[in-house]
Formats: sequence, C-alpha cells, structure tokens
Amino acid sequence: MNEPGSIQLPQTILPERSEATGPVVEVIKPPSIIRSFLQSKSSGKFADGAFQGMMVVCAMSIFFIVLLILSVLVLNSKLSMHTFGWKFFTSSAWDPNVGDFGALPFIWGTVVSSLLAVCLAVPLALCVSIFLLEICPQWLRGPIAFLTEMLAAIPSVIYGLWAIFVLVPIMRDNVGPLLQKYLGWTGFFGGPNFGVGMLTAAVILAIMIFPVISSISRDVMKAVPIHQREAALALGATRWEMIRMSVLRNARIGIVGSVILGLGRALGETMAVTMVIGNHPDISKSLFAPATTLASVIANEFSEATGDLYVSALIEIGLALFIVTIVVNAIARLLVWAVTRGNSARAV
Amino acid sequence: MDAGSALPMWEGLTRSENFQEIFVKAKLLSVVMLTAMAATAGAQNLTGAGATFPNPIYSRWFSEYSNAHQGVKINYQSVGSGAGIRQVSTKIVDFGASDGPMTDQQISESKIKLVHIPTVLGAVVPVYNIPGVGGDLKFSGDVIADIYLGKITNWHDARIVKDNPGVNLPDHQILPVYRSDGSGTTYIFTDFLSKVSPDFASKVGKNTSVRWPVGIGQKGNEGIAGMVRNSPFSFGYVELIYAAGNNMSYGLVRNAAGKWIKASTGGVTAAAAAASKNMPADYRVSITNAAGAESYPISSFTWLLIPVKSDDPAKGKVLHDFLQWMLDHGEDEASQMTYAPLPKPVADRVRQTINQIQ
Repeated sequence: MNEPGSIQLPQTILPERSEATGPVVEVIKPPSIIRSFLQSKSSGKFADGAFQGMMVVCAMSIFFIVLLILSVLVLNSKLSMHTFGWKFFTSSAWDPNVGDFGALPFIWGTVVSSLLAVCLAVPLALCVSIFLLEICPQWLRGPIAFLTEMLAAIPSVIYGLWAIFVLVPIMRDNVGPLLQKYLGWTGFFGGPNFGVGMLTAAVILAIMIFPVISSISRDVMKAVPIHQREAALALGATRWEMIRMSVLRNARIGIVGSVILGLGRALGETMAVTMVIGNHPDISKSLFAPATTLASVIANEFSEATGDLYVSALIEIGLALFIVTIVVNAIARLLVWAVTRGNSARAV
Repeated sequence: MDAGSALPMWEGLTRSENFQEIFVKAKLLSVVMLTAMAATAGAQNLTGAGATFPNPIYSRWFSEYSNAHQGVKINYQSVGSGAGIRQVSTKIVDFGASDGPMTDQQISESKIKLVHIPTVLGAVVPVYNIPGVGGDLKFSGDVIADIYLGKITNWHDARIVKDNPGVNLPDHQILPVYRSDGSGTTYIFTDFLSKVSPDFASKVGKNTSVRWPVGIGQKGNEGIAGMVRNSPFSFGYVELIYAAGNNMSYGLVRNAAGKWIKASTGGVTAAAAAASKNMPADYRVSITNAAGAESYPISSFTWLLIPVKSDDPAKGKVLHDFLQWMLDHGEDEASQMTYAPLPKPVADRVRQTINQIQ
C-alpha cells in the first residue's frame, strides 16, 4: 500500500506548484523506467487491489475456520450441555449404560500427561540443542541434527507400537521398581505397576515432542548474532557463562515458543497415548495407575457410541479439549509476556 | 517489500499461455469425468456401513457377488455397529450392520423401517498369559465377572484353583484387560457376564462400552492380544476368529448345562440352534449362555439391517437378491473363515423373511 503512494508523491505535488505560477498547465512527467516497465507487464492498480483482497480473505478465513469448529462443537453438544450443565466439567462419572457423563478424569489425564511430558522433554531438548550449537565437534553435528529431525517425522502410531513392545516392558521391569524403591515415599509411585499408565504415556509423549522443541530452539539460538558470543568471551566469560548470558538470554522468547509448540502437540496427541495410557477414566495420585485423555476417549468410543446423549457427550469432550488447548496456550503466552516485559531493557 | 522482488511472481501469474494451458487441461478432465459417469450410469452402487467384526466375510461376499453380477457394486465400510445403526437410520447408507440388536428406542427413532437379518455367528474367548501355565484353563462365567469387578484379584484365588485341579497357579496379581474402544465384542462379553452374574449386571451392565471397575483398556482385538502377550499375569477377551487366526491359546468356559466348552464354530452354531426354538420374529435375540450341552456360552449373531422398502426400488431388489445369494452360497464359505454359519432352522426362517424386502 505504501510504495505506490510514495512513488506518486512527486506527481501530486507538481500541479499544485504550477497553479501558483499562472495558468493551469498539467505537467505530466513521463513515469519512471521501473514504473513503465511494470505497467507494460500488467496493470499495477488492479493487481495491487486483487492481491490485497486475496490476502484479507486468506487471513479472515482463520477466524471463519475457528468459528466453524466452535459452532459445530457447541451445536452438537447442546443435548449434553443441557443435561449436565457445568457439572459436566467437574464430574468424574463416565457410564454409557446409565447415561451419566463427566469430563474431569479426561481433562486431568490430558493436562497431567502433557505437563509431565514437557517437564521431561524440555531439559533434554535444550541440552541437545546447546550441545549441537556450541560444543559439538563439526563431524558429529550433522548426524545428530539429522536424527533429531527424523524423530519428528515418525508417525505417532509407530511410536505407540514401539512403546507397547519396548517401552512398556522397560517401565514395568526396570524403571518402575527403581522409582518405587527410591521415590516410593512421595506417594506418586504407589500401587501395582503393569508398565501401562500415566507415566509411560508421559515418557512416550516426551520422546515425541522432544524433536520439535529441540529443532526450533536450536534455530532460535542459531539466530543470536555471533558478536554477542564474542563480546561475552572477550570480557572474560567462561563458555557456560557465555551460553547463559548471551545465547540463552537472547533466545529465551523463542525457546518458550518452542515449548508451547511441543505442549500443543502433547495435548492433542491421540494414537500413541491411547496405546499405552490404559484408558481407565480414574483420577489417581499414583503415576503407575492407568488414566485416559480427552483425545483418546473420542478416538475410542465415537464410532460405536449409541444414543444421542452419548454422542453429544463425546462432542462436548471435544469442546473441552478445544477449551483446554486455548487455556493452556493463553497461560503460556502470558508467561512469554511476563518474561519479556521485565527484561527487555537489559536484553541487548 | 520492494516492487522488484514481487515482479517475478506477477509475471508468472499473468502469462496468458499458462492460463490457456490450465483451461485446456480442465476441459480435458471434465470430458474424461463425464464419460466415466455415463459409463457407470446403468450400474447399481450400494453402500453399507457398520460392524467391524463381520467385515472380512462381508468384504468377500460383496466382492464375489459383484463379480458374479454385472453392474452391481456393493461397498461396505466397517465403521462400527453404532455408526452403522446411525447411518442407516438416517438414510445416509443403503443398509447397515450391527453386532448388537437395535434397541426399541433406536427402532422407533429410525427414519426408515428396518429388518434384522442374521448372517453369521461369532464368539468371544478368554485369553491369558501366566508364565508356566499352558492353554485350556477353565473359567466359569461368575469367576470372569468377579475378575472384572475386582473381587478376584489373584491367580491363586480359591475359586480359580477349584475349577482347575492339578494346575499350579501362581500367587500373583491379575491384570484384567478390556476393550477401550466401543465394540460388539464388548457387547457380547458383557451380555454374557450380566446373565451369569447379577452383581455384574447391576454394577456394570451390558453395552458396547461400559464403565469397568478395574483393569486397563486397549484398542481393538490386536490391542488386547498384544497387551496380554506382553504382560505376564494378564487376562483379556478377544473374538474367536482373531484368536484362531493368530494361533492364540484360549481358555474354556462353562456353559449353562455345566459343561466346559472350548470355543469352536460348531459350538457356536449349536448355541444358535438351541436358542432358535424360541427365537422372536424380528431375530433380535441374545444367544449368550444358551441351553444345550454342546453350546458355547459367549456366542452371538451378527445382523444386517435392511430397509423393508428402499427408497429406490432397484436397490431394494439388489438387496433381496444378495440375501438370497448369501443363503444359497455365502453361508458355505463362513466356516472356512472361522465364522459359524447359521443353523438350518434359522436359515430357513430368514429365507421367508427376505421375501418382504422390496
């Protein structure tokens, strides 16, 4: 919008000047070489307008899509909303036979498994990306970076299969007993451990979101100008101090952004989680206990759901997932805002 | 943004040759599509949707029938019994299929009058993994019910030991595994448990998915089978056809006559024959825990849901002809695929019923 205006600026000023000198003489300067070249190719005005219109339509379609999803979810879950009201989100009943539905165990399972996964994945991902960027010898950098990106491309059902055949026995026979022995006093590792449950789901989620967080945060750290590092080193900083002061500090917004992306993937992940979480709608303190998530109950029960109320409740579960995702994202954005606000002056 | 960088893009977009090329391609495509549509206009395309359990044999039947009958094509989507009932009731598909009979409420809500046509029978078998213990463990219905109610939690429980004299059962906790996805298998299984255990009927009940008091859920037969294979001391249930196809060993179940029966197509057909004596006219009958010394107790029909009067008479005729063909030829193929065929008295009655389909 701005460039055509600035090019035409001299033309609009010119007639004004001639007005002052005497009879109105339209001084029409020939357009510049670039202008006439562009005009010979196409009509600039029409193309500009069309381009702008197209961009606006594309941008507005985002609102339209979100609105469409939301309205379909709300309209189709009317029956369930009407029957259960707000109690739907606080009740932990889920009995298709009686027709009593509540979303709490599913919300609990989704949020806890995703947060746990982020807690496991973030330190690992950050260590890998710092190592790759600052410490890793050149010949090792390529293979590690390639493998990390390859992990991100594996379909989730493959992760699920791998988890059933490899991860579950490891969690049952090796990791579980160890946790029970040393951390059993916390109460988070009580009860029978069958290798299937909340903890295993969190571990597989962590493995799945780790490449996302790692590759994005690496790109962000790479974008920190090299003279920031050189300056820190020149002032006598050790390597760790340099990484902390100039790399992590400057890249922190992007790092938080990568964590949000990872969290988003964890919240919506369905297949791999369904295969190892145990699909039992109960809220338990023990991380060994089976649990379930919003996404997996929809995947499990929608096709065979009989009766309008049952289907409606499942669609309201979808709405709950939509809301949980929005709330978690909003909290994460608030976090970014809080982090950037305080320190922006010092970040140079 | 400067004008120079945008230049190549505009240039490419406004080249008239490009557009002409696209128009020509689009024209060609539409001509091809029109001829394709004209060629298939005379053919009958039917779509059905529903149960996943009979999908292998239905797919085979429909493809054989299409090959034998020029111009008839029947598509079947195994989307699940619940979805099948919904879609045929709202006329989205031409016919449905279900592992559980429609409820009275579902029948009254349907936009089109449907008849249940039993096609083949299936069974559900108990599977387990106890290190050091082989196949052929015996389970009575109330023991299975109490395992899933959380009342029997140990393999060395007195009631399991009593049913299995001479077997060295370990003193270890049982891990019950159930189907997390809604399924006809769960319906048949819980229907049986509700009949033999009043406690199970009141606390859990029968449905395609229920609220299991204990245990962990896995998706699909393959999910349960994989879990049971990999987890020592676990207990689960899968379809007979799945267990047979994957050479899994499975347990015996006590039937209503007090006999221990190992599931087989013969035992399932025997249960259907025993139940057929007092079968209602609309075929909506549960044959779990059927009488008769030979009957396998966790058996069930699976049904096609056929409109009595299709909106398009030509489609009604295809459905009628297909069912006729199924009774004459299709049933013979059932036992090759470990489905139990309909017992003769039931098949004879179905022959009468399909005459009303238009």
